Amino acid sequence: MVYFLIFVSAIFVNNIVLSQFLGICPFLGVSKKIDTALGMGAAVTFVLTLSTVVTYLLQRLLVMWHIEFLQTILFILVIAALVQMIEIILKKISPSLYEALGVFLPLITTNCCILGVAILVANGTDKLPIGADHNLLTGTLFAFATAIGFALALVIFAGIREQLSMYKLPKAMEGTPIALLTAGLLAMAFMGFSGVV
Amino acid sequence: MAKLASTFRNMALSLTVITLVAAAALAGIYMLTETRINQQKQEAELSAQKAVLNGDENGTAVKVAVDGFGGKMIVMVGFAQDGTILGYKILEHQETPGLGDKATWWFKKTDKPAQNIIGRQATGQFRVSKDGGEVDAITAATISSRAFLKAINDAYAEFKTQQGEEIEAWSGASVIMTDTVQVAEPDSTQTVEMEVQNE
Amino acid sequence: MNNGTKTFLNGILKENPTFGLVLGMCPTLATTTSAINGMSMGLATLFVLVCSNVVISLLKNLIPDKVRIPSFIVVIATFVTMVQLLMQAYLPAIYETLGLFIPLIVVNCIVLGRAEAFAAKNPVGLSALDGLGMGLGFTLSLTVLGAIREFLGTGAVFGLTVFPENYGALVFVLAPGAFICLGYLIAVMNKVLKK
Repeated sequence: MVYFLIFVSAIFVNNIVLSQFLGICPFLGVSKKIDTALGMGAAVTFVLTLSTVVTYLLQRLLVMWHIEFLQTILFILVIAALVQMIEIILKKISPSLYEALGVFLPLITTNCCILGVAILVANGTDKLPIGADHNLLTGTLFAFATAIGFALALVIFAGIREQLSMYKLPKAMEGTPIALLTAGLLAMAFMGFSGVV
Repeated sequence: MAKLASTFRNMALSLTVITLVAAAALAGIYMLTETRINQQKQEAELSAQKAVLNGDENGTAVKVAVDGFGGKMIVMVGFAQDGTILGYKILEHQETPGLGDKATWWFKKTDKPAQNIIGRQATGQFRVSKDGGEVDAITAATISSRAFLKAINDAYAEFKTQQGEEIEAWSGASVIMTDTVQVAEPDSTQTVEMEVQNE
Repeated sequence: MNNGTKTFLNGILKENPTFGLVLGMCPTLATTTSAINGMSMGLATLFVLVCSNVVISLLKNLIPDKVRIPSFIVVIATFVTMVQLLMQAYLPAIYETLGLFIPLIVVNCIVLGRAEAFAAKNPVGLSALDGLGMGLGFTLSLTVLGAIREFLGTGAVFGLTVFPENYGALVFVLAPGAFICLGYLIAVMNKVLKK
């Protein structure tokens, strides 16, 4: 039950984009078409889950050696290396998957939701529902669920923007302003979930 | 000076050197700030204790954590020896800004007796008026208020346990952690004052 | 106008990171619940921007092209960690409020963007000015956005009450208000600058 609640909490109640403000750049940048939104969502899910596991274990070492202050610098390097590795491995093992996700991978290193979630989970400050302990399993589930939440927000947003692109807007509102307003309304809708978990 | 060519040797060398220098610089800054950071944490704890005890030298400060609306809420409560609430301070919370986070002051507004808890005799049974209790909840933030009162009740139970009595605290949520800070010892009270004078 | 002034003003006006380039959106939206929070975030970013620009400009010839990005990231992450440690030591209250968004300056596109687009090609002095301009531009927009949200949401600016809190529209302090406020603000800037 707790594991199920982690999903509800991370996807709806504390949606990473719409209530935690992480990963806004790709949210605004790659949300013009549903197809690309899906691709980006899948790539983020893959990298986020994997990098959270790796950084969680790395944090254990940092704590053991009392060098927690190197957290930021090591985490970002590990994530960058991991993204590179995934790119190389995907290219070898599954060219079709590489074709689908490849273009998004380089963008992911600087997606702040990856580093953000890694730090949250490693420090045990990830928002888990009542009764859940902070450990590798819940942390990984949290990361996975968060990524699903990111993908969901991205796809919904892309759907709205596809419709929106057919209307004529005042010149000053075109592009970023209207996208932000739409995101604001979406965030308001997601606020309705607060208190569910 | 010409730019270094991207040979493997150059790349490995420059990356290694940069990383080593960075790590060394950080280790230096870390050593310089370490004592100060720990000192800050201790001071924060001490000043919180001083604040919740409100000048009572025989009081006890109890720290408890409960689940709030948005996440963990850590509250420190000061009790006089007879169980009167001297003060409280919310040390950590993730309540909604503008709603649940009003708990930081709502329950110590002494000019509003229906919501104020300072000076009341703790019973371990505080509830919001909506649940048939005696404390008015924060407008539009009943869950945060319930969590807060739960913290006060838990703190009182912990306080009683220390005095050698077991009481059943009314609870609407589960306890995650209780941690008692004993500052009632005369010499520790003195340390509090000395540290403050040093500042 | 000489080159230095131009570089400096570029970041504040023409290529303002928030309103012109629309970069660094995460901290912009997340930390502007009040004017003071927005300003602190801006200043922390400013420090990292100036330092990393200077160091990267100094090192630009010693870093082979192919390991450029990882080297820049290491330099930036070092300064971010310094900010983290110094804030924990001297400004613990602000550090608590900004929380996660301080380490996340590492992945703020503005910092890496300026390193790559400016500092890696220009002399030290100009790079410092560029960092200063961009940082001030960022700080300015975060402070303005924070002040507007604080005013609409709680009736205060920098903690000074202008009208009673009960009349404030709380939604502006919450997540949706961040998006909506910034959206309108950018629209107004577009209109004013006639883009």
